[in-house]
Amino acid sequence: MSTLQATRPFPDSEEMEISFGPQHPATHGVLRVMVKLDGERIIDAKPIIGYLHRGTEKIFERETYNGTIPHTDRMDYTAAATNNQALVGAVEKMMGVTVPPRAAYIRMVLAELQRIASHIIWLGTHALDIGAQTPFFYTFQEREIILDLYEEYCGARLTLNCMRVGGQPFNLPEGWTDRCRAFVDQLPARIAEWERLLTNNRIWKLRTIGVGVISAANAVEWGLTGPPLRGSGVKWDIRKVFPYDRYDEVDFEIPIGANGDTYDRYLVRMEEMRQSVRIVQQCLAKLPDGPVMAKVPKVIKPPKGEIYFSVEGPKGELGFYVVSDGSTNPYRLRVRPACFINLQVLPELVRGHLVADMIAVIGTLDIVLGEIDR
Amino acid sequence: MAEQDNVAPQEQAAPKPPWEEKPVPPEPRDAREHEQVREVAAVLPDVVLEAVEFAGQVTLTVPCERIVDVCRACKDGLGYKFLVDLTAVDWQERPEGRFDVVYWMHRFTDSKRLRLKARVADGVEVRSVTGVWKVANWMEREAFDMFGIYFADHPNLERILTWEGFNGHPLRKDFPIEGVDTGAAIYPDVYPPGGGPVAGGEGES
Repeated sequence: MSTLQATRPFPDSEEMEISFGPQHPATHGVLRVMVKLDGERIIDAKPIIGYLHRGTEKIFERETYNGTIPHTDRMDYTAAATNNQALVGAVEKMMGVTVPPRAAYIRMVLAELQRIASHIIWLGTHALDIGAQTPFFYTFQEREIILDLYEEYCGARLTLNCMRVGGQPFNLPEGWTDRCRAFVDQLPARIAEWERLLTNNRIWKLRTIGVGVISAANAVEWGLTGPPLRGSGVKWDIRKVFPYDRYDEVDFEIPIGANGDTYDRYLVRMEEMRQSVRIVQQCLAKLPDGPVMAKVPKVIKPPKGEIYFSVEGPKGELGFYVVSDGSTNPYRLRVRPACFINLQVLPELVRGHLVADMIAVIGTLDIVLGEIDR
Repeated sequence: MAEQDNVAPQEQAAPKPPWEEKPVPPEPRDAREHEQVREVAAVLPDVVLEAVEFAGQVTLTVPCERIVDVCRACKDGLGYKFLVDLTAVDWQERPEGRFDVVYWMHRFTDSKRLRLKARVADGVEVRSVTGVWKVANWMEREAFDMFGIYFADHPNLERILTWEGFNGHPLRKDFPIEGVDTGAAIYPDVYPPGGGPVAGGEGES
Protein backbone atom coordinates (compact mmCIF):
# COMPACT_ATOMS: atom_id res chain seq x y z
CA MET A 1 0.00 0.00 0.00
CA SER A 2 2.89 2.34 0.72
CA THR A 3 4.12 2.11 -2.87
CA LEU A 4 0.66 3.00 -4.02
CA GLN A 5 0.71 6.11 -1.85
CA ALA A 6 4.08 7.14 -3.16
CA THR A 7 2.93 7.09 -6.76
CA ARG A 8 -0.15 9.19 -6.13
CA PRO A 9 0.07 12.63 -7.66
CA PHE A 10 -1.74 14.37 -4.83
CA PRO A 11 -0.44 13.73 -1.37
CA ASP A 12 -3.75 14.72 0.23
CA SER A 13 -5.76 11.98 -1.53
CA GLU A 14 -4.15 9.01 0.12
CA GLU A 15 -5.90 5.71 0.53
CA MET A 16 -7.29 5.14 3.99
CA GLU A 17 -8.81 2.15 5.65
CA ILE A 18 -11.47 2.99 8.17
CA SER A 19 -13.48 0.77 10.46
CA PHE A 20 -17.08 1.85 10.19
CA GLY A 21 -18.93 0.52 13.18
CA PRO A 22 -19.68 -1.74 14.96
CA GLN A 23 -21.18 0.80 17.33
CA HIS A 24 -22.27 3.43 14.89
CA PRO A 25 -26.01 4.09 15.13
CA ALA A 26 -26.41 4.37 11.38
CA THR A 27 -25.40 0.75 10.94
CA HIS A 28 -28.64 -0.47 12.54
CA GLY A 29 -27.06 -2.59 15.22
CA VAL A 30 -23.61 -4.03 15.30
CA LEU A 31 -22.55 -4.09 11.69
CA ARG A 32 -18.93 -3.27 11.05
CA VAL A 33 -17.72 -2.32 7.60
CA MET A 34 -14.04 -1.97 6.78
CA VAL A 35 -14.05 0.70 4.11
CA LYS A 36 -11.11 1.57 1.92
CA LEU A 37 -11.34 5.21 1.00
CA ASP A 38 -9.79 7.52 -1.47
CA GLY A 39 -10.65 10.83 0.08
CA GLU A 40 -14.35 10.41 0.62
CA ARG A 41 -14.87 7.95 -2.20
CA ILE A 42 -15.23 4.28 -1.39
CA ILE A 43 -12.77 2.00 -3.17
CA ASP A 44 -13.88 -1.13 -1.40
CA ALA A 45 -16.00 -2.19 1.54
CA LYS A 46 -15.94 -5.36 3.54
CA PRO A 47 -18.78 -6.10 5.94
CA ILE A 48 -17.71 -7.84 9.12
CA ILE A 49 -20.52 -9.52 10.97
CA GLY A 50 -21.02 -11.93 13.81
CA TYR A 51 -21.06 -9.56 16.78
CA LEU A 52 -24.57 -10.70 17.65
CA HIS A 53 -24.01 -14.39 17.02
CA ARG A 54 -25.85 -16.40 19.63
CA GLY A 55 -25.77 -19.82 18.04
CA THR A 56 -29.51 -19.88 17.44
CA GLU A 57 -29.27 -22.82 15.05
CA LYS A 58 -27.39 -24.79 17.69
CA ILE A 59 -29.96 -23.89 20.33
CA PHE A 60 -32.75 -25.05 17.99
CA GLU A 61 -31.32 -28.55 18.06
CA ARG A 62 -31.95 -29.02 21.75
CA GLU A 63 -35.40 -27.45 21.82
CA THR A 64 -38.70 -29.09 21.05
CA TYR A 65 -40.41 -27.80 17.92
CA ASN A 66 -42.73 -25.47 19.78
CA GLY A 67 -39.81 -24.47 21.99
CA THR A 68 -37.92 -23.10 19.02
CA ILE A 69 -40.58 -20.49 18.29
CA PRO A 70 -39.45 -17.96 20.94
CA HIS A 71 -35.91 -18.18 19.56
CA THR A 72 -37.13 -17.19 16.11
CA ASP A 73 -38.60 -14.02 17.64
CA ARG A 74 -35.10 -12.94 18.49
CA MET A 75 -33.68 -13.29 15.01
CA ASP A 76 -35.34 -10.50 13.11
CA TYR A 77 -36.68 -8.74 16.16
CA THR A 78 -38.56 -6.18 14.11
CA ALA A 79 -40.61 -8.90 12.44
CA ALA A 80 -41.26 -11.64 14.96
CA ALA A 81 -44.64 -12.64 13.52
CA THR A 82 -43.29 -13.56 10.09
CA ASN A 83 -40.44 -15.50 11.69
CA ASN A 84 -42.98 -17.50 13.68
CA GLN A 85 -45.05 -17.99 10.56
CA ALA A 86 -42.12 -19.45 8.62
CA LEU A 87 -41.16 -21.87 11.35
CA VAL A 88 -44.61 -23.20 12.17
CA GLY A 89 -45.36 -23.41 8.44
CA ALA A 90 -42.33 -25.63 7.95
CA VAL A 91 -43.23 -27.98 10.77
CA GLU A 92 -46.87 -28.11 9.70
CA LYS A 93 -45.93 -28.97 6.16
CA MET A 94 -43.71 -31.70 7.45
CA MET A 95 -46.45 -33.18 9.62
CA GLY A 96 -49.21 -32.74 7.07
CA VAL A 97 -51.25 -30.48 9.35
CA THR A 98 -53.95 -28.30 7.85
CA VAL A 99 -54.47 -25.11 9.78
CA PRO A 100 -58.10 -24.08 10.44
CA PRO A 101 -59.13 -21.20 8.19
CA ARG A 102 -59.68 -18.80 11.06
CA ALA A 103 -56.15 -19.41 12.33
CA ALA A 104 -54.72 -18.92 8.85
CA TYR A 105 -56.53 -15.60 8.52
CA ILE A 106 -55.37 -14.44 11.95
CA ARG A 107 -51.83 -15.33 10.92
CA MET A 108 -52.12 -13.28 7.78
CA VAL A 109 -53.42 -10.29 9.72
CA LEU A 110 -50.56 -10.56 12.22
CA ALA A 111 -47.98 -11.04 9.48
CA GLU A 112 -49.15 -8.10 7.41
CA LEU A 113 -49.32 -5.84 10.45
CA GLN A 114 -45.78 -6.96 11.13
CA ARG A 115 -44.74 -6.09 7.61
CA ILE A 116 -46.16 -2.61 8.08
CA ALA A 117 -44.42 -2.26 11.45
CA SER A 118 -41.12 -3.42 10.00
CA HIS A 119 -41.37 -1.06 7.05
CA ILE A 120 -42.25 1.73 9.46
CA ILE A 121 -39.01 1.19 11.36
CA TRP A 122 -37.15 1.04 8.07
CA LEU A 123 -38.70 4.27 6.85
CA GLY A 124 -38.14 6.18 10.07
CA THR A 125 -34.54 5.13 10.56
CA HIS A 126 -33.59 5.23 6.88
CA ALA A 127 -34.86 8.80 6.59
CA LEU A 128 -33.19 9.69 9.88
CA ASP A 129 -29.86 8.33 8.62
CA ILE A 130 -30.07 10.39 5.49
CA GLY A 131 -30.91 13.49 7.47
CA ALA A 132 -34.68 13.77 7.48
CA GLN A 133 -35.54 13.68 11.13
CA THR A 134 -39.25 14.41 11.02
CA PRO A 135 -40.58 11.16 9.45
CA PHE A 136 -39.16 9.22 12.38
CA PHE A 137 -41.59 10.84 14.82
CA TYR A 138 -44.59 10.44 12.54
CA THR A 139 -43.92 6.82 11.66
CA PHE A 140 -43.28 5.64 15.18
CA GLN A 141 -46.69 6.90 16.30
CA GLU A 142 -48.33 4.38 14.00
CA ARG A 143 -45.96 1.60 14.98
CA GLU A 144 -47.01 2.13 18.57
CA ILE A 145 -50.61 1.29 17.67
CA ILE A 146 -49.52 -1.92 15.95
CA LEU A 147 -47.52 -2.91 19.00
CA ASP A 148 -50.56 -2.20 21.18
CA LEU A 149 -52.62 -4.49 18.98
CA TYR A 150 -50.01 -7.22 19.40
CA GLU A 151 -49.88 -6.67 23.12
CA GLU A 152 -53.60 -7.09 23.33
CA TYR A 153 -53.49 -10.27 21.28
CA CYS A 154 -50.57 -12.15 22.81
CA GLY A 155 -49.21 -10.03 25.66
CA ALA A 156 -45.92 -9.20 23.97
CA ARG A 157 -44.97 -6.27 21.83
CA LEU A 158 -41.75 -7.34 20.16
CA THR A 159 -40.92 -10.96 20.86
CA LEU A 160 -44.40 -12.13 20.06
CA ASN A 161 -44.26 -15.93 20.14
CA CYS A 162 -47.75 -15.68 18.69
CA MET A 163 -48.09 -18.85 16.61
CA ARG A 164 -48.00 -22.56 17.35
CA VAL A 165 -47.66 -25.67 15.28
CA GLY A 166 -51.24 -26.41 14.22
CA GLY A 167 -52.76 -22.97 14.59
CA GLN A 168 -52.98 -20.01 16.87
CA PRO A 169 -52.58 -20.15 20.64
CA PHE A 170 -55.40 -17.67 21.29
CA ASN A 171 -58.54 -16.45 19.67
CA LEU A 172 -58.83 -12.76 18.95
CA PRO A 173 -59.89 -10.71 21.99
CA GLU A 174 -63.27 -8.99 22.09
CA GLY A 175 -63.28 -5.89 19.92
CA TRP A 176 -59.79 -6.51 18.50
CA THR A 177 -60.95 -6.70 14.90
CA ASP A 178 -62.71 -3.34 15.24
CA ARG A 179 -59.63 -1.66 16.62
CA CYS A 180 -57.46 -3.28 13.99
CA ARG A 181 -59.85 -2.21 11.23
CA ALA A 182 -59.94 1.35 12.57
CA PHE A 183 -56.14 1.38 12.47
CA VAL A 184 -55.69 0.04 8.96
CA ASP A 185 -58.49 2.20 7.58
CA GLN A 186 -56.71 5.39 8.63
CA LEU A 187 -53.23 4.16 7.68
CA PRO A 188 -53.29 5.04 3.96
CA ALA A 189 -53.80 8.67 4.92
CA ARG A 190 -50.76 8.44 7.21
CA ILE A 191 -48.69 6.81 4.47
CA ALA A 192 -49.65 9.64 2.15
CA GLU A 193 -48.52 12.03 4.86
CA TRP A 194 -45.10 10.37 5.07
CA GLU A 195 -44.83 10.35 1.31
CA ARG A 196 -45.54 14.08 1.24
CA LEU A 197 -42.48 14.55 3.41
CA LEU A 198 -40.20 12.52 1.18
CA THR A 199 -41.32 11.42 -2.27
CA ASN A 200 -40.95 14.77 -3.96
CA ASN A 201 -38.47 16.16 -1.47
CA ARG A 202 -35.53 17.47 -3.41
CA ILE A 203 -32.91 16.50 -0.84
CA TRP A 204 -34.36 13.03 -0.51
CA LYS A 205 -34.27 12.55 -4.26
CA LEU A 206 -30.70 13.80 -4.51
CA ARG A 207 -29.63 11.40 -1.82
CA THR A 208 -31.43 8.34 -3.15
CA ILE A 209 -31.83 8.45 -6.93
CA GLY A 210 -28.98 6.65 -8.64
CA VAL A 211 -27.47 5.49 -5.35
CA GLY A 212 -26.82 1.79 -4.89
CA VAL A 213 -28.02 0.69 -8.30
CA ILE A 214 -28.29 -3.00 -9.06
CA SER A 215 -29.64 -4.53 -12.24
CA ALA A 216 -32.25 -7.27 -12.23
CA ALA A 217 -29.84 -9.92 -13.52
CA ASN A 218 -27.27 -8.98 -10.92
CA ALA A 219 -29.85 -8.97 -8.17
CA VAL A 220 -30.78 -12.55 -9.03
CA GLU A 221 -27.12 -13.54 -9.25
CA TRP A 222 -26.52 -12.12 -5.79
CA GLY A 223 -29.57 -13.87 -4.39
CA LEU A 224 -31.43 -10.77 -3.33
CA THR A 225 -35.01 -11.22 -2.23
CA GLY A 226 -37.75 -8.96 -1.01
CA PRO A 227 -37.84 -5.24 -1.78
CA PRO A 228 -34.20 -5.11 -3.00
CA LEU A 229 -35.06 -7.65 -5.70
CA ARG A 230 -38.39 -6.06 -6.57
CA GLY A 231 -36.82 -2.62 -6.67
CA SER A 232 -34.76 -3.88 -9.60
CA GLY A 233 -37.91 -4.84 -11.46
CA VAL A 234 -38.22 -8.56 -10.73
CA LYS A 235 -41.84 -9.35 -9.96
CA TRP A 236 -41.34 -12.04 -7.41
CA ASP A 237 -43.07 -12.58 -4.12
CA ILE A 238 -43.34 -15.84 -2.18
CA ARG A 239 -46.91 -14.96 -1.28
CA LYS A 240 -47.79 -15.22 -4.97
CA VAL A 241 -45.31 -17.85 -6.13
CA PHE A 242 -45.84 -20.38 -3.34
CA PRO A 243 -48.95 -19.13 -1.52
CA TYR A 244 -49.00 -20.22 2.10
CA ASP A 245 -51.78 -19.80 4.67
CA ARG A 246 -54.63 -18.31 2.62
CA TYR A 247 -52.77 -15.78 0.52
CA ASP A 248 -54.35 -17.24 -2.61
CA GLU A 249 -57.73 -16.04 -1.36
CA VAL A 250 -56.85 -12.37 -1.03
CA ASP A 251 -56.21 -9.85 -3.72
CA PHE A 252 -53.03 -7.77 -3.77
CA GLU A 253 -50.42 -6.43 -6.13
CA ILE A 254 -46.66 -6.85 -6.15
CA PRO A 255 -45.10 -3.42 -6.58
CA ILE A 256 -41.87 -3.32 -8.55
CA GLY A 257 -39.34 -0.63 -9.32
CA ALA A 258 -37.59 0.14 -12.57
CA ASN A 259 -34.09 1.41 -11.89
CA GLY A 260 -33.02 -0.69 -8.91
CA ASP A 261 -31.78 2.29 -6.94
CA THR A 262 -32.44 3.42 -3.40
CA TYR A 263 -35.32 5.61 -4.46
CA ASP A 264 -37.11 2.74 -6.22
CA ARG A 265 -36.70 0.48 -3.24
CA TYR A 266 -38.22 3.25 -1.16
CA LEU A 267 -41.22 3.47 -3.48
CA VAL A 268 -41.61 -0.31 -3.47
CA ARG A 269 -41.75 -0.48 0.30
CA MET A 270 -44.21 2.40 0.53
CA GLU A 271 -46.51 0.63 -1.90
CA GLU A 272 -46.05 -2.65 -0.05
CA MET A 273 -47.45 -1.01 3.07
CA ARG A 274 -50.57 -0.02 1.14
CA GLN A 275 -50.91 -3.54 -0.20
CA SER A 276 -50.55 -4.91 3.31
CA VAL A 277 -53.36 -2.62 4.39
CA ARG A 278 -55.48 -4.07 1.61
CA ILE A 279 -54.69 -7.61 2.71
CA VAL A 280 -55.54 -6.88 6.34
CA GLN A 281 -58.83 -5.25 5.33
CA GLN A 282 -59.79 -8.25 3.22
CA CYS A 283 -58.78 -10.70 5.94
CA LEU A 284 -60.84 -8.87 8.55
CA ALA A 285 -63.82 -8.80 6.21
CA LYS A 286 -63.56 -12.49 5.41
CA LEU A 287 -62.46 -13.70 8.85
CA PRO A 288 -64.23 -17.04 9.26
CA ASP A 289 -65.56 -18.47 12.50
CA GLY A 290 -64.44 -21.73 13.95
CA PRO A 291 -61.54 -23.19 15.87
CA VAL A 292 -58.08 -21.62 15.82
CA MET A 293 -56.17 -24.79 16.56
CA ALA A 294 -56.02 -27.94 14.48
CA LYS A 295 -56.01 -31.37 16.04
CA VAL A 296 -52.31 -31.96 16.50
CA PRO A 297 -50.65 -34.42 18.84
CA LYS A 298 -49.50 -33.04 22.19
CA VAL A 299 -45.95 -34.04 21.37
CA ILE A 300 -44.86 -32.62 18.03
CA LYS A 301 -42.95 -35.37 16.25
CA PRO A 302 -42.52 -34.86 12.52
CA PRO A 303 -41.53 -37.91 10.47
CA LYS A 304 -38.04 -38.51 9.19
CA GLY A 305 -37.30 -36.24 6.29
CA GLU A 306 -36.32 -32.78 5.28
CA ILE A 307 -38.28 -29.79 4.19
CA TYR A 308 -37.72 -26.21 3.19
CA PHE A 309 -40.50 -23.75 3.74
CA SER A 310 -40.31 -20.04 3.22
CA VAL A 311 -42.47 -16.98 3.67
CA GLU A 312 -42.19 -13.50 2.29
CA GLY A 313 -40.82 -11.65 5.26
CA PRO A 314 -40.60 -7.86 5.31
CA LYS A 315 -36.89 -8.13 4.46
CA GLY A 316 -37.11 -10.87 1.86
CA GLU A 317 -37.49 -14.60 1.62
CA LEU A 318 -37.21 -16.07 5.08
CA GLY A 319 -36.94 -19.83 4.93
CA PHE A 320 -36.52 -22.68 7.34
CA TYR A 321 -34.84 -25.89 6.32
CA VAL A 322 -35.90 -28.55 8.78
CA VAL A 323 -34.19 -31.91 8.96
CA SER A 324 -35.99 -34.31 11.22
CA ASP A 325 -34.77 -37.67 12.47
CA GLY A 326 -38.22 -38.53 13.75
CA SER A 327 -37.61 -37.35 17.31
CA THR A 328 -39.13 -34.46 19.23
CA ASN A 329 -36.20 -32.14 18.51
CA PRO A 330 -35.11 -30.91 15.10
CA TYR A 331 -31.95 -32.66 13.96
CA ARG A 332 -30.97 -29.58 12.04
CA LEU A 333 -32.90 -26.36 11.66
CA ARG A 334 -31.32 -24.01 9.21
CA VAL A 335 -32.55 -20.49 8.75
CA ARG A 336 -32.32 -18.98 5.30
CA PRO A 337 -31.81 -15.44 6.48
CA ALA A 338 -32.92 -12.77 4.04
CA CYS A 339 -30.83 -10.01 5.61
CA PHE A 340 -27.62 -12.05 5.65
CA ILE A 341 -27.85 -12.70 1.95
CA ASN A 342 -29.02 -9.20 1.08
CA LEU A 343 -26.13 -7.67 3.00
CA GLN A 344 -23.59 -9.61 0.97
CA VAL A 345 -24.18 -7.32 -1.98
CA LEU A 346 -23.21 -4.17 -0.03
CA PRO A 347 -19.65 -3.84 -1.48
CA GLU A 348 -21.08 -4.05 -5.00
CA LEU A 349 -23.56 -1.31 -4.28
CA VAL A 350 -21.25 1.19 -2.60
CA ARG A 351 -18.10 0.93 -4.69
CA GLY A 352 -17.36 4.35 -6.14
CA HIS A 353 -19.90 6.14 -3.99
CA LEU A 354 -19.30 8.53 -1.11
CA VAL A 355 -19.26 7.42 2.50
CA ALA A 356 -22.55 9.20 3.11
CA ASP A 357 -24.12 7.12 0.33
CA MET A 358 -23.12 3.96 2.11
CA ILE A 359 -25.39 5.03 4.96
CA ALA A 360 -28.21 5.31 2.45
CA VAL A 361 -27.43 1.89 1.01
CA ILE A 362 -27.27 0.19 4.40
CA GLY A 363 -30.61 1.77 5.16
CA THR A 364 -32.17 0.69 1.89
CA LEU A 365 -31.09 -2.93 2.31
CA ASP A 366 -33.10 -2.87 5.55
CA ILE A 367 -30.91 -5.21 7.53
CA VAL A 368 -31.41 -6.45 11.05
CA LEU A 369 -28.28 -7.81 12.64
CA GLY A 370 -30.22 -10.17 14.85
CA GLU A 371 -31.11 -12.17 11.77
CA ILE A 372 -27.76 -11.81 10.05
CA ASP A 373 -25.77 -13.12 12.97
CA ARG A 374 -28.38 -15.40 14.52
CA MET B 1 -81.94 -51.83 12.45
CA ALA B 2 -83.51 -49.74 9.74
CA GLU B 3 -82.95 -46.61 11.83
CA GLN B 4 -79.27 -47.36 12.20
CA ASP B 5 -78.98 -47.72 8.45
CA ASN B 6 -80.48 -44.28 8.07
CA VAL B 7 -78.07 -42.75 10.54
CA ALA B 8 -74.85 -44.08 9.08
CA PRO B 9 -75.00 -42.39 5.65
CA GLN B 10 -75.70 -39.03 7.26
CA GLU B 11 -72.48 -39.25 9.27
CA GLN B 12 -70.60 -40.03 6.12
CA ALA B 13 -72.23 -37.15 4.29
CA ALA B 14 -70.54 -34.61 6.54
CA PRO B 15 -66.84 -35.52 6.63
CA LYS B 16 -64.71 -33.81 9.20
CA PRO B 17 -62.68 -30.87 7.99
CA PRO B 18 -58.97 -31.67 7.64
CA TRP B 19 -57.98 -29.72 10.73
CA GLU B 20 -60.08 -32.00 12.92
CA GLU B 21 -58.60 -35.16 11.45
CA LYS B 22 -55.41 -36.71 12.68
CA PRO B 23 -52.67 -35.22 10.48
CA VAL B 24 -51.22 -37.55 7.86
CA PRO B 25 -47.51 -36.86 7.40
CA PRO B 26 -46.08 -37.02 3.88
CA GLU B 27 -44.20 -40.13 2.79
CA PRO B 28 -40.83 -40.07 1.07
CA ARG B 29 -41.01 -41.47 -2.46
CA ASP B 30 -38.41 -42.52 -4.96
CA ALA B 31 -38.21 -39.75 -7.53
CA ARG B 32 -36.00 -41.18 -10.25
CA GLU B 33 -38.91 -40.85 -12.65
CA HIS B 34 -39.74 -37.33 -11.55
CA GLU B 35 -39.68 -34.76 -14.31
CA GLN B 36 -37.06 -32.55 -12.64
CA VAL B 37 -34.76 -35.51 -12.02
CA ARG B 38 -35.12 -36.74 -15.59
CA GLU B 39 -34.11 -33.32 -16.86
CA VAL B 40 -30.86 -33.51 -14.90
CA ALA B 41 -30.27 -37.11 -15.94
CA ALA B 42 -30.75 -36.17 -19.58
CA VAL B 43 -27.88 -33.69 -19.35
CA LEU B 44 -25.61 -35.60 -16.99
CA PRO B 45 -26.68 -39.25 -17.00
CA ASP B 46 -24.25 -40.58 -14.43
CA VAL B 47 -24.67 -38.12 -11.57
CA VAL B 48 -27.96 -39.22 -10.03
CA LEU B 49 -27.05 -41.39 -7.06
CA GLU B 50 -30.35 -41.09 -5.29
CA ALA B 51 -33.55 -39.16 -5.82
CA VAL B 52 -36.23 -38.68 -3.21
CA GLU B 53 -39.43 -36.71 -3.23
CA PHE B 54 -40.80 -35.62 0.13
CA ALA B 55 -43.79 -33.31 0.51
CA GLY B 56 -43.45 -32.18 -3.08
CA GLN B 57 -39.76 -31.31 -2.79
CA VAL B 58 -37.24 -33.21 -4.87
CA THR B 59 -33.84 -34.03 -3.44
CA LEU B 60 -31.10 -35.29 -5.68
CA THR B 61 -27.93 -36.81 -4.28
CA VAL B 62 -24.97 -36.32 -6.57
CA PRO B 63 -21.28 -37.26 -6.29
CA CYS B 64 -19.35 -34.66 -4.35
CA GLU B 65 -16.60 -34.30 -6.96
CA ARG B 66 -19.14 -33.53 -9.71
CA ILE B 67 -21.01 -30.83 -7.81
CA VAL B 68 -19.74 -27.87 -9.82
CA ASP B 69 -20.58 -29.61 -13.12
CA VAL B 70 -24.07 -30.38 -11.90
CA CYS B 71 -24.64 -26.86 -10.60
CA ARG B 72 -23.39 -25.29 -13.80
CA ALA B 73 -25.61 -27.57 -15.88
CA CYS B 74 -28.56 -26.74 -13.67
CA LYS B 75 -27.96 -23.02 -13.92
CA ASP B 76 -27.01 -22.62 -17.56
CA GLY B 77 -28.88 -25.52 -19.14
CA LEU B 78 -31.92 -26.04 -16.96
CA GLY B 79 -32.54 -22.47 -15.89
CA TYR B 80 -32.05 -22.70 -12.13
CA LYS B 81 -30.75 -19.16 -12.01
CA PHE B 82 -31.37 -18.53 -8.35
CA LEU B 83 -29.54 -20.25 -5.52
CA VAL B 84 -31.91 -19.93 -2.61
CA ASP B 85 -29.84 -21.57 0.06
CA LEU B 86 -26.67 -23.49 0.66
CA THR B 87 -26.06 -25.23 3.92
CA ALA B 88 -24.76 -28.40 5.48
CA VAL B 89 -25.99 -31.13 7.80
CA ASP B 90 -23.78 -33.15 10.10
CA TRP B 91 -24.45 -36.90 10.24
CA GLN B 92 -21.71 -37.71 12.66
CA GLU B 93 -21.66 -41.50 12.46
CA ARG B 94 -22.56 -42.01 8.80
CA PRO B 95 -19.99 -44.23 7.06
CA GLU B 96 -20.41 -42.86 3.52
CA GLY B 97 -19.39 -39.32 4.47
CA ARG B 98 -20.07 -37.25 7.52
CA PHE B 99 -21.62 -34.14 5.97
CA ASP B 100 -24.35 -33.36 3.51
CA VAL B 101 -23.78 -30.13 1.64
CA VAL B 102 -27.22 -29.02 0.55
CA TYR B 103 -27.95 -26.74 -2.42
CA TRP B 104 -31.47 -25.44 -2.89
CA MET B 105 -32.17 -23.66 -6.12
CA HIS B 106 -35.05 -22.02 -7.89
CA ARG B 107 -36.17 -21.67 -11.47
CA PHE B 108 -38.19 -18.60 -12.36
CA THR B 109 -39.82 -19.85 -15.55
CA ASP B 110 -42.07 -22.42 -13.87
CA SER B 111 -41.34 -21.76 -10.17
CA LYS B 112 -39.79 -25.17 -9.56
CA ARG B 113 -37.23 -25.83 -6.89
CA LEU B 114 -34.64 -28.55 -6.72
CA ARG B 115 -32.40 -29.66 -3.90
CA LEU B 116 -28.96 -31.06 -4.55
CA LYS B 117 -27.02 -32.93 -1.96
CA ALA B 118 -23.41 -33.96 -1.87
CA ARG B 119 -22.00 -36.28 0.75
CA VAL B 120 -18.63 -35.23 2.05
CA ALA B 121 -16.30 -36.95 4.44
CA ASP B 122 -14.67 -34.92 7.21
CA GLY B 123 -11.58 -33.13 5.93
CA VAL B 124 -12.40 -33.64 2.26
CA GLU B 125 -12.65 -30.51 0.12
CA VAL B 126 -15.75 -29.67 -1.85
CA ARG B 127 -15.35 -27.51 -4.90
CA SER B 128 -16.88 -24.10 -4.45
CA VAL B 129 -19.85 -23.01 -6.53
CA THR B 130 -19.06 -19.30 -6.14
CA GLY B 131 -18.10 -19.36 -9.82
CA VAL B 132 -21.63 -20.45 -10.65
CA TRP B 133 -23.66 -18.27 -8.32
CA LYS B 134 -22.03 -15.27 -6.68
CA VAL B 135 -24.43 -15.55 -3.76
CA ALA B 136 -22.77 -18.80 -2.67
CA ASN B 137 -19.82 -16.84 -1.30
CA TRP B 138 -21.13 -16.05 2.17
CA MET B 139 -23.19 -19.21 2.37
CA GLU B 140 -20.10 -21.33 1.85
CA ARG B 141 -18.20 -19.23 4.35
CA GLU B 142 -20.94 -19.90 6.86
CA ALA B 143 -20.89 -23.64 6.15
CA PHE B 144 -17.12 -23.57 6.61
CA ASP B 145 -17.38 -21.62 9.82
CA MET B 146 -20.14 -23.73 11.31
CA PHE B 147 -19.12 -27.20 10.07
CA GLY B 148 -15.47 -26.98 9.02
CA ILE B 149 -16.16 -28.02 5.45
CA TYR B 150 -13.45 -26.71 3.14
CA PHE B 151 -14.51 -25.30 -0.20
CA ALA B 152 -11.77 -25.43 -2.81
CA ASP B 153 -11.44 -22.44 -5.16
CA HIS B 154 -13.39 -20.19 -2.82
CA PRO B 155 -12.10 -16.62 -3.21
CA ASN B 156 -12.18 -15.77 0.48
CA LEU B 157 -12.81 -18.73 2.74
CA GLU B 158 -12.75 -17.08 6.15
CA ARG B 159 -14.86 -17.50 9.20
CA ILE B 160 -17.89 -15.28 9.06
CA LEU B 161 -20.00 -15.50 12.22
CA THR B 162 -17.29 -16.47 14.66
CA TRP B 163 -13.83 -14.94 14.59
CA GLU B 164 -10.40 -15.98 13.39
CA GLY B 165 -8.87 -18.20 16.00
CA PHE B 166 -12.13 -19.61 17.25
CA ASN B 167 -11.63 -23.20 18.18
CA GLY B 168 -14.02 -25.65 16.63
CA HIS B 169 -17.05 -25.52 14.41
CA PRO B 170 -20.19 -24.88 16.44
CA LEU B 171 -22.81 -26.74 14.43
CA ARG B 172 -20.93 -30.02 14.43
CA LYS B 173 -22.77 -32.48 16.59
CA ASP B 174 -19.72 -33.07 18.78
CA PHE B 175 -19.35 -29.37 19.64
CA PRO B 176 -20.62 -28.91 23.21
CA ILE B 177 -23.82 -26.94 23.40
CA GLU B 178 -22.53 -24.95 26.38
CA GLY B 179 -19.68 -23.71 24.18
CA VAL B 180 -15.95 -23.63 24.68
CA ASP B 181 -13.68 -21.17 26.44
CA THR B 182 -12.87 -18.72 23.73
CA GLY B 183 -9.95 -16.78 25.13
CA ALA B 184 -7.63 -17.96 22.36
CA ALA B 185 -7.30 -14.83 20.30
CA ILE B 186 -7.16 -12.59 23.36
CA TYR B 187 -4.39 -14.50 25.18
CA PRO B 188 -1.95 -15.66 22.54
CA ASP B 189 0.72 -16.18 25.21
CA VAL B 190 -1.47 -18.65 27.08
CA TYR B 191 -2.87 -20.58 24.14
CA PRO B 192 -0.78 -21.80 21.19
CA PRO B 193 -1.12 -19.80 17.97
CA GLY B 194 -4.09 -20.86 15.90
CA GLY B 195 -5.07 -23.43 18.51
CA GLY B 196 -7.09 -21.90 21.26
CA PRO B 197 -8.69 -23.85 24.06
CA VAL B 198 -9.64 -27.34 23.01
CA ALA B 199 -13.31 -28.26 23.19
CA GLY B 200 -14.01 -29.94 26.51
CA GLY B 201 -10.46 -29.31 27.77
CA GLU B 202 -9.35 -27.81 31.05
CA GLY B 203 -8.47 -24.41 29.64
CA GLU B 204 -4.88 -23.35 30.27
CA SER B 205 -2.31 -25.84 29.18
